Amino acid sequence: MRVSEEEVRRVAELARLAFSEAELRQLAGEFNRILEAFAKLNEVDTTGVPPTAHVLKVKNRFRADQIRPSLPRPEALRNANAVKDGSFVAPLVME
Amino acid sequence: MELCDLTLHEIKDLFAQKEVLPSMVMASVVKRIGEVEEKLGAYLALDLEAALAAARAADDRIKAGRALGVLDGIPVAIKDNLCQAGRETTCASRILQGFVPPYTATVVQKLLDQGALILGRTNMDEFAMGSSTENSAFKPAKNPWDPERVPGGSSGGSAAAVAAGEAIAALGSDTGGSIRQPAAFCGVTGLKPTYGLVSRYGLVAFASSFDQIGPLAKDAEDCALMLSAVAGFDPLDSTSVRGTPVDYTQELDRELTGRTIGLPREYFGEGLDPEVRRLVMAAVAQLEDLGARVVEISLKMTEYALPVYYLISSAEASSNLGRYDGIRYGRAAAGREDLAAYYTRTRAEGFGPEVKRRIMLGTYALSAGYYEAYYQKAQQVRTLICREFAEAFRVVDAIVTPTSPTLPFRLGERLTDPLAMYMSDVCTVPVNIAGLSALSIPCGFARGLPVGLQIIGRPFAETTILNIAHQYQKVTGHHRARPCGTGHDRAEQEGGSPDEV
Repeated sequence: MRVSEEEVRRVAELARLAFSEAELRQLAGEFNRILEAFAKLNEVDTTGVPPTAHVLKVKNRFRADQIRPSLPRPEALRNANAVKDGSFVAPLVME
Repeated sequence: MELCDLTLHEIKDLFAQKEVLPSMVMASVVKRIGEVEEKLGAYLALDLEAALAAARAADDRIKAGRALGVLDGIPVAIKDNLCQAGRETTCASRILQGFVPPYTATVVQKLLDQGALILGRTNMDEFAMGSSTENSAFKPAKNPWDPERVPGGSSGGSAAAVAAGEAIAALGSDTGGSIRQPAAFCGVTGLKPTYGLVSRYGLVAFASSFDQIGPLAKDAEDCALMLSAVAGFDPLDSTSVRGTPVDYTQELDRELTGRTIGLPREYFGEGLDPEVRRLVMAAVAQLEDLGARVVEISLKMTEYALPVYYLISSAEASSNLGRYDGIRYGRAAAGREDLAAYYTRTRAEGFGPEVKRRIMLGTYALSAGYYEAYYQKAQQVRTLICREFAEAFRVVDAIVTPTSPTLPFRLGERLTDPLAMYMSDVCTVPVNIAGLSALSIPCGFARGLPVGLQIIGRPFAETTILNIAHQYQKVTGHHRARPCGTGHDRAEQEGGSPDEV
């Protein structure tokens, strides 16, 4: 399975990343080498084997729904690039 | 030997005898930092004024015999992916430049509560992605045994700082070997705890089903003390496991008679440096002399561990790093006219090449049409790797392997070849895949460079692997060699390895 530069460009859009043409060419080459090496996994018969997402047996952990102090709003906003009326400011999504 | 070259437990004993005070240890560490830091680049930020003030307060407690705990007055370093309120935390990434966390990681709070002196934040590969610390956006860290070589990664700054006496002990994080491999490269002892043992609240996430925080220190006893200080249940981390507090020093002095150690042949195949093999096999013989029974075992799934690790960890990273959008925190691109373009510019400018490569690989592995072939396949093989380890641990108490197949490599040597860099982790990633406990201890020197022995244990069997490591260190001297300071220890190493003491 060869990965084309066009495909790498599409993945970059999904990942919200941008690359120059030269970088795209290089990435496509690296992708193909890496995925070729990783294709080794196809040797393994995994019929009927359940996937492991994480190794712990714990599922959801619940706690009592009690009101507790939380981070003060100015603290939560302190690292933002733009703040207005106690909120984060994001670029306009719709006119 | 200077105070900064002593172990944590030696300093603790000197404190108890009131022969030494925290300020004296701090002065020695500060002096060493002044001598070597510019050359080694182990730290991204130093916080010496706060640490010196904390040392004076610790002096009074030690003098009054009211120490807060074994870490009271001990200068330690923390990796720059652990949040501390009011201190810039960057993960060695431009995208987090200027980020000042509003809260403190549980492990850092535990260190502070026990009186530890936090010296500063150590250098690392950007977002902990790498095996050489060359992926730091700010500067590479260097190996104290040979500054032309890498200290390993991603916790290379923590390992270099401890080896060089720029800290008495340190915290790192280990997603695929990021504590153990730099510990091996720098000749220190590093422990990756079982998944779920140490709280990750306040650790900047890389790959959430693998990440664990653990200690890097000068010997197994120090690692046991550090682990005892930071382990334990935390309601703020949903993957934290409930359990009663454990004193991880409790089994250190147990004899090895009755312990069975497995030697997996797959870890000794192609690509292993003959010098590394020789020193690891000598260490295995030493463990046999100490009474352990060594049996050869086979872990046939080993060759699949690297692709499983890189597919799953990159997928998790692509999701975890989605949060860096330039809106709520972190460095942002100029111009805010269009949301999607703003995100893209922020991320394209803020992330380095390896982080982008992993986000891309992970996004690809998770994308429609490839999910089953890559991500799901890797998760299924992960199940088989877990089962194989569980099977092995029915007959052995621990598994011994090299930590890294090679000696520390030169700066730049693997930077242009991602696959060659990924190969550095071939012996360490299986442990994270299965969520096991493991540590690396120095087992000798080849061409003047340290070699690490990895000891892998069952989940939550940290006392067992620490016991094996400590018994080995009681009869060997590799962990006592220091690269900086007198110069005497270094010369001794180059002549060969001082086996018996």
